[in-house]
Amino acid sequence: MKIVVCVKQVPDTKGGVKFNPDGTLDRGAMLAIMNPDDKAGLEAALRLKDEYGAEVTVLTMGLPKAEEVLREAMAMGADKGILVTDRVLGGADTWATSTTLAGALRNLEYDLIITGRQAIDGDTAQVGPQISEHLDLPVISYAKDIKIEGDSVVVERQYDDRYHILKAKMPCLITALSELNEPRYMTPGGIFDAYDAEITVWGRKDLKDVDDANLGLAGSPTKIAKASDKVRKGAGEKVELDADESVAYIMGKLKEKHVI
Amino acid sequence: MTKMGLEEYKGVYVFAQQVDNELSGIAFELLGKAKELAGDLNTDVTAVLIGSDVKGLTDQLAEYGADKVIVVDDPELKEYRTEPYAHALSSVINEYKPEIVLVGATAIGRDLGPRVSARVATGLTADCTVLEIGDFPLNPIPGQEQKHNQLLMTRPAFGGNTIATIACPDNRPQMATVRPGVMQKREPVAGAKAEVIEYNPGFTPDNKYVEIVDIVKELSDTVDIMDAKILVSGGRGVGSPENFKILDDLAAAIGGTVSCSRAVVDSGWKPKELQVGQTGKTVRPNVYFAIGISGAIQHTAGMEESDIIVAINKDSNAPIFDVADYGIVGDLNKIVPKLTEELKKVVK
Repeated sequence: MKIVVCVKQVPDTKGGVKFNPDGTLDRGAMLAIMNPDDKAGLEAALRLKDEYGAEVTVLTMGLPKAEEVLREAMAMGADKGILVTDRVLGGADTWATSTTLAGALRNLEYDLIITGRQAIDGDTAQVGPQISEHLDLPVISYAKDIKIEGDSVVVERQYDDRYHILKAKMPCLITALSELNEPRYMTPGGIFDAYDAEITVWGRKDLKDVDDANLGLAGSPTKIAKASDKVRKGAGEKVELDADESVAYIMGKLKEKHVI
Repeated sequence: MTKMGLEEYKGVYVFAQQVDNELSGIAFELLGKAKELAGDLNTDVTAVLIGSDVKGLTDQLAEYGADKVIVVDDPELKEYRTEPYAHALSSVINEYKPEIVLVGATAIGRDLGPRVSARVATGLTADCTVLEIGDFPLNPIPGQEQKHNQLLMTRPAFGGNTIATIACPDNRPQMATVRPGVMQKREPVAGAKAEVIEYNPGFTPDNKYVEIVDIVKELSDTVDIMDAKILVSGGRGVGSPENFKILDDLAAAIGGTVSCSRAVVDSGWKPKELQVGQTGKTVRPNVYFAIGISGAIQHTAGMEESDIIVAINKDSNAPIFDVADYGIVGDLNKIVPKLTEELKKVVK
């Protein structure tokens, strides 16, 4: 079985958010990590490899620095890493990103493509389903559990008030929730090997069956009209009183605002 | 990517999500917003209702603002599955050419939206919190055409740390998924009727149809926290699942509902459906009690629009105090039970 896992290098917004003195986001000070949902997708692929035997390829699109997440994935147990990087691909929205990744995937053999549900920088959850559309594959989003049965995958798919157990014939694309599993750590030997491992680097010319008109900033149908750091609501009152006084304070405010 | 003949695309369309033949709240919220947008564009609102045996729901959509309802009714559409639903919605778009399509950013809509937008080859903006009609670029730029009557879609990114306003000027339809709980429903107009159009593009199962082996409903008798007027929300500082009893008591005394932070769900103390925040639900009750919640940005992104925020936390540096209207630095175990007793005397 051949599995391709799509991963993204993202700034760590969870807990590690840093602000400049003027209140804007200090992106330079934030760590770059493998997106958590993608890491869960990678772990799911590695578990399928452990159980059934599989070749796991990790694919990323980004700046040259994004090869860091490929090395991390290989240190965890992935077999191959492919970095798609090219200046003409920059500034892509989800349409142009999914078009690019589909163009790379057309060069590869796969039974299963796994992506994270969403990246913590954009939170869109769009790239996985859009890749599946470009490649004419079935998609199962929000996977909580993945099993293989013959030539099919059986997946628990989470909804708001229920889950479905879905069965799809491979090849198929699955988007993984970070709740899917607890990703393994890199092993010292794995880190050593990954440091020396060869990473395949592809540019625009290596993408198969894609039109320049659908790539990069120019090929992105959505355009940013304005972006700003969020203006946060100002703090209100803060008091430090004993328990009885605290209760009297809250009761006073609730009455003042006609809540009670 | 640029499409020709954009002016052929007219009207504001809403994907009217239903589950088990019951319309989801987001359908009404989208209709409320669509009505405003259609007013600005001098056009009308069409609900796209997809399911099996769902024709009985059209009047309800009319009452909440739909001028037209396009019904795609087919046995293949009984339960949500990506492919037949994507086929239904993209066929409607190709046939009727709307200028705007709104989809709820639910577990269904966030799967359906990207698949459909890729199929009809247009842009999609995810998880929008503000939608308005305006110019793109916002201000005239020499040498670039400024387009009017564009859908401007505003959404948070970077875990709620930044906001971006996005347009889709050269493609149609302009598509957005919209965060549940953010847009306002209209007051329903009893007896309102919509023009009902039945449309079936035909459904032929192919490799993209996925088989449903089983459906497991996670039944609960809890109130949807997005509908609650008062929320009593607990964080890791509550200390244990057992100790949530003091929050239950407070909620009972003030007529509120208990919700929680992500940390509480991750610890397995409360189910996911009670989680407020970026990866949970967006709420805006009249009163939000944040009890033992530190107030990470992922949490505040889901509750800072509440009318009144009361925070109780023993750490005076907790970021929750930056968004609270009334912050109390103190021991929740002492304050909350006493508050409950006082409320019981006043609220009958």
